[in-house]
This record gives sequence, structure tokens and C-alpha cells, in this order.
Amino acid sequence: MSGTQPNEAVAENAADLARQAKQIAEEAAQIAMDASNYVADAANTHADYFFMSGLSVFVLACFVGYYVVWRVTPALHSPLMGITNAISSVIILGAIVAVSVPDFGFSTWMGFCAVILASINIFGGFIVTRRMLQMFKKKS
Amino acid sequence: METLSAFAYLISAVLFIFALRGLSHPTTSQNGLMCGMVGMGIAIITTLLISTGGWWMTLLGIAIGGSIGTVIAQRINMTALPQLVAAFHSLVGLAAVFVAASAFFAPETFEIGFDGEIYISSLIEMSLGAAIGAITFTGSIIAFGKLQGIIPGKPITFPNQHIINAGLGGFLFFLIIMLCATQLSFFFWAIVILAFVLGVLIIIPIGGADMPVIVSMLNSYSGWAAAGIGFTLQNDLLIITGALVGSSGAILSYIMCKGMNRSFLSVVLGGFGAQSSGASGGADYSDKQPKIGSPEDAAFIMKNASKVIIVPGYGMAVSQAQHVLREMADALKHQNVEVKYAIHPVAGRMPGHMNVLLAEANVPYDEVFELEDINRDFGQADVAFVIGANDITNPAAKNDSSSPIYGMPVLDVEKAKTVFFIKRSLGSGYAGIDNPLFYADNTYMLLGDAKKVTENVVKALE
Repeated sequence: MSGTQPNEAVAENAADLARQAKQIAEEAAQIAMDASNYVADAANTHADYFFMSGLSVFVLACFVGYYVVWRVTPALHSPLMGITNAISSVIILGAIVAVSVPDFGFSTWMGFCAVILASINIFGGFIVTRRMLQMFKKKS
Repeated sequence: METLSAFAYLISAVLFIFALRGLSHPTTSQNGLMCGMVGMGIAIITTLLISTGGWWMTLLGIAIGGSIGTVIAQRINMTALPQLVAAFHSLVGLAAVFVAASAFFAPETFEIGFDGEIYISSLIEMSLGAAIGAITFTGSIIAFGKLQGIIPGKPITFPNQHIINAGLGGFLFFLIIMLCATQLSFFFWAIVILAFVLGVLIIIPIGGADMPVIVSMLNSYSGWAAAGIGFTLQNDLLIITGALVGSSGAILSYIMCKGMNRSFLSVVLGGFGAQSSGASGGADYSDKQPKIGSPEDAAFIMKNASKVIIVPGYGMAVSQAQHVLREMADALKHQNVEVKYAIHPVAGRMPGHMNVLLAEANVPYDEVFELEDINRDFGQADVAFVIGANDITNPAAKNDSSSPIYGMPVLDVEKAKTVFFIKRSLGSGYAGIDNPLFYADNTYMLLGDAKKVTENVVKALE
């Protein structure tokens, strides 16, 4: 039974090594997790950064809208509603992104419905505005 | 690729601005519309080119929606325009809700984080977009129902209305905070459902005659919803367009409110007709009798006049009298009578409603004038011909401080030598306000349907 002694020692050694390996793996996982958190944080600050630039665009566009719309003649206020209605359906861009979701499911269907609704508006809004504006053409 | 698409979106945004700019005059409006359509085309094609899949489904959706929209827009009667616009607003609102829901459940595709770990800023933008969209959706449906006559146009009020609405609004913000804190889909749906309910509660107490404000307000909301989704998607085009539409609707609401001398808040809080019908303040005219005229009298006096001003209102739209009205104007012009049209900002059920109807009847737009431009002319006019309007001509708004509409800008119809007033019956206007104009010495009432009466006038003119 003399051979068992070193064998046990080897086994113990191996167990020890395994434990160390596990610890290292855990540490590595922790580091990876931290890293991914950093990445997420970075992305988050990216989103925050976009929020500020988006807000600037938003506020400036409100001013552009303010000055442009005040110049619209009151006679054409109905066509103005028609056009703004059509262009607010530019929300279809979001719907198109939604349809492109890789795993086909709830989000894709939501996107598909949104594409239909927005398209009704885009076509309907522009066509009804065109009908209105044609009536305002100068009659000879 | 990203720079290229951003550039294309910028072009679209500029084209949209040109589209609105074109509406500053009827002659440039056609080009403006073209700009809008091209801008939309560029935006959609660009998005399709950079999207990673689902092209067939998108194209199918556009084909389905596009054909529905085309058919509706071509078939719709011009008098049903306010309903149509309200219905269209509801679709934008619902689309915003759908896009927000899609983004919430597939955040990676929208690059706003991961499942259960969506960035807080994106969550706020998304839930605001969804909430405004949901309010726009149900609110527009109620507005549609009222304009179509499915839901009674009278204000529907209930006790503690404002407190309940304010409480629900506060609760909505609480739910948005909870969504940000927990990322649970339960709160997302709770926000959407609560916003649906709020949309109904906000619009239901508002009376039919306040609809121009409401239609403009919902127009504005649909823009803000698009802008909210634009922040979520980090897409500048959506933000710009949303801001343009939002401010456009807000300006229209402001103009409409000014036309009624009411604060925006008092319109939104609603219940106007219900409150004032009991106390239809002002002088009592019950001992006076209005003079009843006949279409033949009207034809005779107008034929011998040198200047006639026509004042159309919602009643003209209801009875579709615009075509026969133009025939009457043509007949008068043959007798060398000068004919002009006076439009009050809140005549009809949406901004510019009367202008479109008159344009439909081939009335040249340079004969149609806004309140500020024509009000001085009534003093020199021989005849003012009021067709389907009431409160916007009420002199009590100028000289009777106890009248509920005191302070509202009105057309100075009573200054014309003779006033003909077409009216279905001798009842009062939408708010139950008596109109002293009916009892003036120079006013003749032409009782009956606007179209029939005008037809008889035309017959008498021939």
C-alpha cells in the first residue's frame, strides 16, 4: 500500500490546482463583467451625449417651425394640417427598424403594424392635401 | 454609411421645412407639397437601405397601408375633412405606441441597451413618446366620434373631473419613474393603458364648437410623440419633424384660442357649453320679435346692392351649401355687384375649414378675406349675408360684458346696411347665447336649411 501515499498527494495537488483555476476563472469572469459594465456605461454616456445634441436639434427645430408656420396664410391652415399630419408619419422610420428585428416575434409584429398605420397616414395625408391644394389653384 | 444616411436625413428635414414654407401662398403650395413627398421618399428609402432585414415585410406593410390611405383620401368628401384629419392623427399616435413597444422588447436592434438593461434616458424618452402617442390615439378617436356625430358633440362632464385627470396625470409620471427603476414590462403597459384612458377623459368634456382647438392640439401632440420616438431612436430627422409638427399644431391652437378669446387652458379643461347654457347671460330679448324675410326679398335687395359680404359658418358645411352659394355670388357679379367673403378664424370645425370648402366650390381665393382684413369693409357694405354662422357675428361680444363670449373678436356684420341671416330655426348658438343681431332693425331672418334657402335666392335672382 506504499504507492497510495504519493497518489494521494498528487490527487490533493490536482484538487488544489483545480481550485486555483476556478478562482482565476471567477476573477476573470469578474473582470469581464466589470469590463462589460464599463462598456455599458460608455454606451450610456453615449446615449446621454446624444440626448444633449438631440435636445439642441429639437429646440432649434421648434424655432424654425415657429417662424415658418406663422408665415403660412390662414387660408391654407387646413392643408397645413394635412401636410404636418403626413410628415409626422416619418415615425415610419422607427417602424422599419422594428421590422428588421432579427428574431421574428412580438417586436416585429408591432413594427409591421406601425408600418401599415404610418403608411396610411403618409399616402392619405399627402393625397388629401394635394386634393385641397388643387382647389386653390387660380381659376381662369 | 452612417454619415451618408445622416446626410440623406438632413436633406429630408430641409425638404420638410420647404414643404411648410410653400404654404405661405397658394401659388407656391403645390411645390411645397412636392418637397414634402420627395423628402418622405428619401427618408424611407434611406432607412430601407441601412436596415438589416425585413425589407419584404416593410414593403408589404407600405403597400397595404398605402393603398388604404390612397383610397380613403380620394373618396373622402371635403365636408368630412375635420373627421378625416382627426382619424389620421389617431393613427400617428398608435404608430408611436407600437414603435415604442417594439423598442422596449427589442432594445438591441434599436441600440438602446439590452433586455432588462435599457438606458434610463432611452426609457424616459420611450415612455414619454408612448404616453403622448396613446393620448393622441384615444383623444383623436373621441374627437373623430364627436365630429362624425357618433358621440354627442355636447360636452360630457362628470364631478371632480379636473381633480381626477390631474391625479391620473400624476400617477402617469409615477409609473414612468417605476419603469425606469424596475425595467419591468408591466409598468410599460400600465403607462400605455393609463394614457389611453387619459386621452378619452381629456377630450370627452370638450364641446363641438371648440373642436378647431382640439384638432390643432392633437396635431401638435402627434408631433411631440414623433419627437419622443426620435430621441429614443437617436434619429435627428424624427426629432426635427416632430418639432416642426408640434410647433405648427401649437401655433394653430393658439390662433384658434385667440379667435374665441379663450385661454388654451380653459378649452382643455373643457365643459364650456355645459357651464354657460344655464346662465346665458346678457340682455333679455324675449319681448322682441325678429323680422322674417323671404329669399325673394334677399334676391331683390342684393341685386340692387353695390357691395355684398358673405359670412359662412359651420352650417354651410353641414348643408353643403358652398356650391350653390358660389352660384349666387356669380349671379350677383353678373349684375355688377361686388362680392366678398369674410372668414372668422374659428368658423367651421378645423383651422381653414371654410377656405377649403369655398375653394372646392371654385371661389377664387382673392375674394376670400380674413377677419382683420375685411372687418372695416362692413361699414361700406350694403348687404351682409350670414350663412350658417352665429356666435362669430354676435355683437354682444363687443358691448355686453355679461355675455359669455364677451371679448371674442367678431365680424362687424351689424354695420352693413342690411343683414340677411340664414338660420335653421330661431334657437340660439352652440353655447346657448342669444344673438342681439336677430332683433336689429336692419336684420332679416331667412329661416330654413342653408342650401335650400340659397337655392331659392338663386332662383329669384334669375
